[in-house]
Amino acid sequence: MRQAMNFSLDDTQTMLADSIEKFIENDYDFESRQKYSGSDTGFSIDVWKMFAELGWTAVPFSEDDGGFGGSPIDVMIMMQRFGRALIVEPYLANIILSGGILRRAANAEQRERWLHPIIAGDLHASLAFVEPQGRYDLANIATTASAEGDGWILDGRKGYVLNGRNAELLLVPARTSGAQSDADGITLFAIDASTDGVSIDDYPTVDGHQAAEIVLDDVRVDSEAVIGNVDAGFAALDATIDDATLAVCAEAVGIMQVLKDKTVEYAKNRIQFGVPIGSFQALQHRMVDMLTDCEQSQSLLMWATMVNAAGQSDAKRAISAIKYKIGTTGRKVGEEAVQIHGGMGVSWELDIAHYFKRLVTIGQIFGNADWHLDKLAA
Amino acid sequence: MDVTFSKDEIAFRDEVRDFFQTEYPADLLDKQNRGISLSKDDYVRSMKALHKRGWAGVNWPVEYGGTGWSPVQKYLFAIEMAEANALDIIAFGLNMVGPVIYTFGTEEQKQRFLPDILASNVWWCQGYSEPGSGSDLASLKMRADRAGDHYIVNGTKTWTTLGQFADWIFLLARTTTDVARRQEGISFLLVDMSTPGVSVKPIITIEGDHEVNEIHFEDVKVPVENLVGEEGKGWTYGKVLLQHERTNIAGVARSKVRLNRLYEQTKNSIRGAAPLSDDRNFMRRLAAVEVELKALEYTELRTLAAVASGTAPGPESSILKIKGTELQQAIDTLYVDAAGYYSLPFVPEQYGPDFAGERLGDGAETKTLLKYFNYRKASIYGGSNEIQKNIISKHVLGL
Repeated sequence: MRQAMNFSLDDTQTMLADSIEKFIENDYDFESRQKYSGSDTGFSIDVWKMFAELGWTAVPFSEDDGGFGGSPIDVMIMMQRFGRALIVEPYLANIILSGGILRRAANAEQRERWLHPIIAGDLHASLAFVEPQGRYDLANIATTASAEGDGWILDGRKGYVLNGRNAELLLVPARTSGAQSDADGITLFAIDASTDGVSIDDYPTVDGHQAAEIVLDDVRVDSEAVIGNVDAGFAALDATIDDATLAVCAEAVGIMQVLKDKTVEYAKNRIQFGVPIGSFQALQHRMVDMLTDCEQSQSLLMWATMVNAAGQSDAKRAISAIKYKIGTTGRKVGEEAVQIHGGMGVSWELDIAHYFKRLVTIGQIFGNADWHLDKLAA
Repeated sequence: MDVTFSKDEIAFRDEVRDFFQTEYPADLLDKQNRGISLSKDDYVRSMKALHKRGWAGVNWPVEYGGTGWSPVQKYLFAIEMAEANALDIIAFGLNMVGPVIYTFGTEEQKQRFLPDILASNVWWCQGYSEPGSGSDLASLKMRADRAGDHYIVNGTKTWTTLGQFADWIFLLARTTTDVARRQEGISFLLVDMSTPGVSVKPIITIEGDHEVNEIHFEDVKVPVENLVGEEGKGWTYGKVLLQHERTNIAGVARSKVRLNRLYEQTKNSIRGAAPLSDDRNFMRRLAAVEVELKALEYTELRTLAAVASGTAPGPESSILKIKGTELQQAIDTLYVDAAGYYSLPFVPEQYGPDFAGERLGDGAETKTLLKYFNYRKASIYGGSNEIQKNIISKHVLGL
């Protein structure tokens, strides 16, 4: 009997995993990461170029777009490993979010103009999916776009625009009709970041990444700026955020595994009262709980990724399930790692603190645990 | 990585589903669905029905009459069996002593014991815990002293589940005291319960049932051919058995079906002006359990896949035991909370097969708290969950 359900990687997936692991081992230690994070761009331009040269930026896109036709499973493989190295390069902003919108909704000319340079690593783009009043509700969009002649005028404010500091292209969902929370009546616009009336105020985020608040004041664009159909942008937005949610959950599981491993290692070596602290049962059982949470999260991640890859009916529910899990036990694993490391766990110098901060950040974006549990309970 | 089932696997699932609908004793399903207490005969008939179809030895190799199923087939079988609400397989023979005998037993022992285990002709029970040896199993004191062709067994076993039904018991007893490590000198013996000197004393548990027993052995003569494997190596065999036990007691399929049923029940159970499904707090707790259970379902599948590729269930089976029993108990708690006041009547006789009156509460509401109390055992038996954590800490984390 052919065994369909399986958890192993195929040859191509194994190659992808191996190449990322090799890169991390040779070229992306924690000191490099901190240096890139603290640089003017907030990541390494050279590393990003290398991602493009190695084809990693092309993975989720169709062969027509010069991509590899990869599935959510391939993205999971990459993101989990990116998590292990705490990578700050804008894979989420450029590839998953901006690339996700463009590959779903853009026409051939727009793909040529924007998507292909993004894949080549030459263009930085950001999807402005957050509004200050909207919290996690993607459809709650107060930014307006009014038709004027052949073009549009946009007014509004966007928050937490990832990689906003470097964005040359902004992908902006704006309301063209309907009430503020309606899914219908949202249109997607591609706006050059240097357009008059666009102001970008960037800031570092707690996890060593960066984002921006963006104000659109009487921003005029022509009709070619519209991505997809007028009033019908929500489906692409929603599906892209689902992709991104799954991607950061994979990243989080990678982080959790590192935190668990480093904590166990530390407990074996840290001597107090004349013995390794790992010999204390009070700590042993907590590390077992960390392991259990890592295994349970890995299982849920694989399930969620596979049902999304297969397009099964419970795909959306699966995303809420893994995001809820990451937002609760994921954070718990981080807290335990810090606690068992003691004072060292809260020092800036040690990588533990930075893994923890990224893990907590992932819990806060694309809907926190409460938000997703509510969806599951509805 | 692929989560979809092949055509063959779907055909297999349909075949299992059809079996439970058409061949499996309908009166047993009816009893289950009405929450009626089950007798020894009910369990035996259930397992015999599986045996008749060739499905009793789910985990057994084909050469001993097992199914030889793939992990996915075992998973689908467990789900369908739970969906049908069929009776649980009693583990002691089929899932515990059977695998020990076909792995470590002599050819003669295999021929003598395995067919009757597979056919459920003989009811087995487990003699591990003793009054002074619970979590610290290796401290066990039962003696089996060699005297010619026999061992003379003396001591007490306790918490022996359904020992009152048992024809045979497998047990761990000390054959040597002169050992460097306490785990040495323990032997794995098979004992006929009708041997003179064996006596069974009931223990009534928290919910008022007689499920477990204390079993006394006074100068019980056990032929040496009933020793499994090498004398003094019983701890090793017993551990293998426990790892099988731990995988089995995760009970993921059963929990999944119970949770789905509870979910359906919330839509119809009116509490005041609205159905329970409108209670946000309750539904959020239910959803949180569902997430953890889905994770465990895939942790189990991943473990089964590893086992299929050649490794016996190892210490990671402890994770399944811990999480599986925590979730069983979490689901028990949700049922109790759904029942409210009607969790409280203590009228177990209304679940007897001959009860003719009208039950208190809807359906089996008044059974929810009894089950909750009974299932506190789940995090205690098979090695308490704290012991499982010690095992994982030592053997997986290397602490």
